[in-house]
Amino acid sequence: MTWDSSRKRGATDGLWMKCTSCEAMVYKKVVEEQHHVCPECGFHFRISSKQRVQYLLDEGTFKPLFENLESTDPLNFKGKKSYREKLQQAQKQTGNREAAVFGTGQIMGKDVVFGVIDANFIMGSMGSVVGEKLARGAEHALKHNMPYIVVSGSGGGARMEEGILSLFQMAKSSAAIKRLQDAGGLYVAVLTNATMGGSMASWAALGDVTIAEPQALLGFAGPRVIAQTVRQELPAGFQTSEFLLERGFVDQVCPRKDLRQRLASIIRYCCKDVAAFRKSGARHTAKISVPAAAKAAAAK
Amino acid sequence: MSGVDRLNVPEFERPIVELEMKIESRRMDLAEEKDQARAKDIQAEIADLEKDLRKLMDSVFEKLDPWDRVQLSRHPNRPLTSDYVAGLFDDFQELKGDRSYKDDPAILCGFGTLEGRKVMVMGHRKGKTLKERLECNFGCAHPEGYRKALRKMKLAEKFGLPIVSFINTPGAYPGIEAEERGQSHAIAENIREMSNLKVPIITLTIGEGGSGGALGIGVGDRYLIMENAYYSVISPEGCAAILWHDAKKAADAARVLRLTPNDLIELGIMDEIVPEPYGGAHRDPRKAMEIVKAALLRHLGELTSLGVDELLESRYQRLRGMGKYIEVAA
Ligand SMILES: [Zn+2]
Repeated sequence: MTWDSSRKRGATDGLWMKCTSCEAMVYKKVVEEQHHVCPECGFHFRISSKQRVQYLLDEGTFKPLFENLESTDPLNFKGKKSYREKLQQAQKQTGNREAAVFGTGQIMGKDVVFGVIDANFIMGSMGSVVGEKLARGAEHALKHNMPYIVVSGSGGGARMEEGILSLFQMAKSSAAIKRLQDAGGLYVAVLTNATMGGSMASWAALGDVTIAEPQALLGFAGPRVIAQTVRQELPAGFQTSEFLLERGFVDQVCPRKDLRQRLASIIRYCCKDVAAFRKSGARHTAKISVPAAAKAAAAK
Repeated sequence: MSGVDRLNVPEFERPIVELEMKIESRRMDLAEEKDQARAKDIQAEIADLEKDLRKLMDSVFEKLDPWDRVQLSRHPNRPLTSDYVAGLFDDFQELKGDRSYKDDPAILCGFGTLEGRKVMVMGHRKGKTLKERLECNFGCAHPEGYRKALRKMKLAEKFGLPIVSFINTPGAYPGIEAEERGQSHAIAENIREMSNLKVPIITLTIGEGGSGGALGIGVGDRYLIMENAYYSVISPEGCAAILWHDAKKAADAARVLRLTPNDLIELGIMDEIVPEPYGGAHRDPRKAMEIVKAALLRHLGELTSLGVDELLESRYQRLRGMGKYIEVAA
């Protein structure tokens, strides 16, 4: 459960907003025109799943999948606020049923299975529904021979309020991605601010190709926990996209405005043209198992 | 009983330990007592004390709170991975190193023979002495530990050896270098590969199942957990710090997180609870070994009779079934 509070989405006030990174007052309209990036320092503000779809997919191509999955409160979790209250609040704030928004769509004419974890929904943390959608998305991509693109914004990591069930979503999602990858499917992980903990240590780290947005906080342990453990100051730029790039853990750092083009290129290199492919008949006959056990488990 | 720590036992166990020490000292008095009448008195006294002890133990161990179990899982005298490896496996051949950076002593790997069955053994290593504990970071592995484990698992796959994984970690090490060397990536890769490794994998949580650091060697065909172990998405201390900004409320957090073996079975994550000797594995390590051995052999027997396709399909379906959610009408 980690989130650097100083790097939250920009505080807004009328026509102007203050950049949370460089603290410059910037004109909101300009920020919006530039894909919600600070015109002064290039900081990438947090955006909603809707905006993400708008920036990455061809207009009008997004068709939602697995929309009817909803979280329950399997632990009957009572912190300061109950989990149910938290869920309701997040639903109201985002207009989404859960943090994961999945569907099919096109990126510059190429069919994809697309998922985004909305950082505005309980810090984009992964509970049973997020894990289930990640797994179903991979299975859908495998079944229909489509590339699988997931944009992470999961600073919360595994969702504490679902306890052990959240932790094992790491394994569930990774297992489904493994099947897709073994069958020759493409999985691209797009890492955005922030992606931490159980999310970073499973599906977010497993892309065939991994692209990060600039200056995103990406890591396993939260910076505060590390600082407390090692009792020393963390190096500048620690756990940023650029830090991971330098150490070999992502392929590219790519500004938001170029992401769509970049994804289209990668798909072009890794996938046969889907339309031509469909004409030629199936390339592989990977066994798809209907997640019968998943359905049984769904019943609380 | 040399090497047994009687100072750092959990608070709830202290009266028991004190009574045991009293009985022990009266036994020594008895051995030295020459006068028969007085010896008889001491004997009677010991018998009474033993009755009291039994009653006290019953009252303590009958109603263990989740936090009590967490404390038992961390008990200073509790058998560790190295104890199980030494006690259960013949011809153990330790295999070190990740061939990339270094050997991480926080994860122990090697060939071992369990009642004639050849397996790959691995587990988190917490260390016995202070020196060992420091070397092992108290059971918190670095990326090279997970990469070592993966290497040895691939070796097991190549030579058709089932894998037995002992889980006992507070969590993967949260440090600067661990991040620099890709802690997330190391754990993620292990989880992914274990989901499809073509040999049977039995995971047994013997103490602490600390989050991603546990899962990094914890995906398999069987999820077993000892009676006084726990498995959690976050440490009770970490959870308390988030919920109440007070790590001292860990006991409350332990209750909220549903991390006990019974909870984990109920939530559909664990398959089976491995019972412990009365009062915990540390009170009779030899008996604990026997119970663990029997459980491992039974599951190994079941799993090795399956074909690879069946094994992997059921492993996948088991994972796919994990989680609780509802499907509402559109
Ligand atoms: Zn700025």
